[in-house]
Amino acid sequence: MPTQTPTTPASPKLDVAGVAMPGSATDSGSATERIQGLRCRNCGRVEVLGPSYVCAACFGPLEVVYDYAVIRDLVDRATIERRPPGIWRYLELLPVSEPPARGLAVGSTPLIAADRLGASLSIDRLWLKDDTRNPTLSFKDRVVAVATARAVEFGADTLACASTGNLAGATAAAAAAAGLRAFVFVPADLEPAKIDHALAYGATVVPIDGTYDQVNRLSMEVADELGWAFVNITLRPFYSEGSKTLAFEIAERLGWRLPDVVVAPIASGSLFTKVAKGFDELVTVGLVEPKPVKFIGGQAAGCSPVATAFGEGTDVIRPVEHPTTIVRSLAIGSPADGRYALDLARRTGGSIESVEDEVTATAIRSVAALEGIFPETAGGVTISAAAQARAAGIIGPDDEVVALLTGNGVKTPDARSYGHEDRPAERGGPGLAPVIAPSLAAFERWLDA
Amino acid sequence: MSTVRIPPVLRAQTGGLKQVDASGDTVGTVIASLTSTYPGLAPQLLDERGGLNRFVNVYLNDTDVRHLQELATPVDERDTLLLLPAMAGGAGMPGCPCGCTCGPRVTCACPGRASAG
Repeated sequence: MPTQTPTTPASPKLDVAGVAMPGSATDSGSATERIQGLRCRNCGRVEVLGPSYVCAACFGPLEVVYDYAVIRDLVDRATIERRPPGIWRYLELLPVSEPPARGLAVGSTPLIAADRLGASLSIDRLWLKDDTRNPTLSFKDRVVAVATARAVEFGADTLACASTGNLAGATAAAAAAAGLRAFVFVPADLEPAKIDHALAYGATVVPIDGTYDQVNRLSMEVADELGWAFVNITLRPFYSEGSKTLAFEIAERLGWRLPDVVVAPIASGSLFTKVAKGFDELVTVGLVEPKPVKFIGGQAAGCSPVATAFGEGTDVIRPVEHPTTIVRSLAIGSPADGRYALDLARRTGGSIESVEDEVTATAIRSVAALEGIFPETAGGVTISAAAQARAAGIIGPDDEVVALLTGNGVKTPDARSYGHEDRPAERGGPGLAPVIAPSLAAFERWLDA
Repeated sequence: MSTVRIPPVLRAQTGGLKQVDASGDTVGTVIASLTSTYPGLAPQLLDERGGLNRFVNVYLNDTDVRHLQELATPVDERDTLLLLPAMAGGAGMPGCPCGCTCGPRVTCACPGRASAG
């Protein structure tokens, strides 16, 4: 069974498998104390915890409310460090009562010192958070794991999502692991590899003849009418909290301290803002010292509503009706959390960069060739955003920078060579060698030619 | 009369109706007609200045009216308006430890931040 089994030395309690779990039945009282309910971000109205995502009074977005004083008493660095890898080592800061009985092994991905790539960008201290290594090869496994755990706690039997691609596979796999049905709604022109990925886990894939924003609108109607658990709609207050685990892992890996700069891609803007929230929470519960962190976001030039608003100095985010970019995973024309992302970049002295597709493709090749990590298009946008911010002086030469590589390039293989012809290999050089006969002599003839 | 489809979160204000008819020749006048018939909808659909609540998306047939002429978008009686939440996850922060309202801790640049913690 693909289950993670964190242990907690403090008040260890045994689950049915005989493995100590944080927050398991006998100390579940802490869950109801630390998770207080849902609150409207707009009007402040409080609701009881449930599968709600929008305020009935004003239509504002709902968020989970925690009691940080309770959490501060529940966790310390040593307790977390003694737990096994995975996102549930930070259970007390997640909106889930206890680790799920069934689920994928998500999180604890490497933070890699990228000296060679850093040198090419004139950034001396560059870290890559390699989330290409999650179970379905993207950071979406984090948010889906939290949403799925909550869906099970709410008694759902079907998971669904509206996806630009990575979420489709993550939702399908999480549903399979948890024993739930899965329906994923995607734009019909999505990369075939991402559709195949979701199909492989037994999900029903529903291609929609439209943009992601149209898929999302339809999904909201389906969610409302059928009551299905859409991870990124009806479960959004819980789902979005999963991105905080990136922040927790970065801080822990750095020795319980915060970096100077975070660079991340912006699609809806949720990941970007939730990483900041994760850092804040670590400060609030006493796990790290407070420190200013600059947040730099990247968007594809063919769908950059937040970067455009940032560049124009306005608070108005004009939706992009028809995204035109190879970066499908960021092609959200009407970003749900765009205004929060915009505010975060401005308030921290960061920026939101717009990146041309050719530049993204070049960056993908650079990361792969210099660090041995093959990121998907969003990773190319992120590294390009770091390069642009460094060139503009927003990132200083001595800044410690963490760049988030949120998805794996094997899902978007064509993007690597966008605007760039793969060259035939010359002797000892990179590229595709000619077909040669299966003999050492033939190989040596080519090598010596 | 145009047709307006009502999402579940607003149906308490329309007596449970999933769709209602409303008159008007623009999105704005249709919404005015709607809130006149169902006054309970006004706080959810409109802001204090009478503009569209920023958390509401209005679609004319299948197009977000923000891609058209917003509240001034012409409406035909055969058209359908769809109301949906403009979903956002939010990113509420615990707040600056110094008690100011400048923002979350890692982003706070106020003088009180350095001594807080």
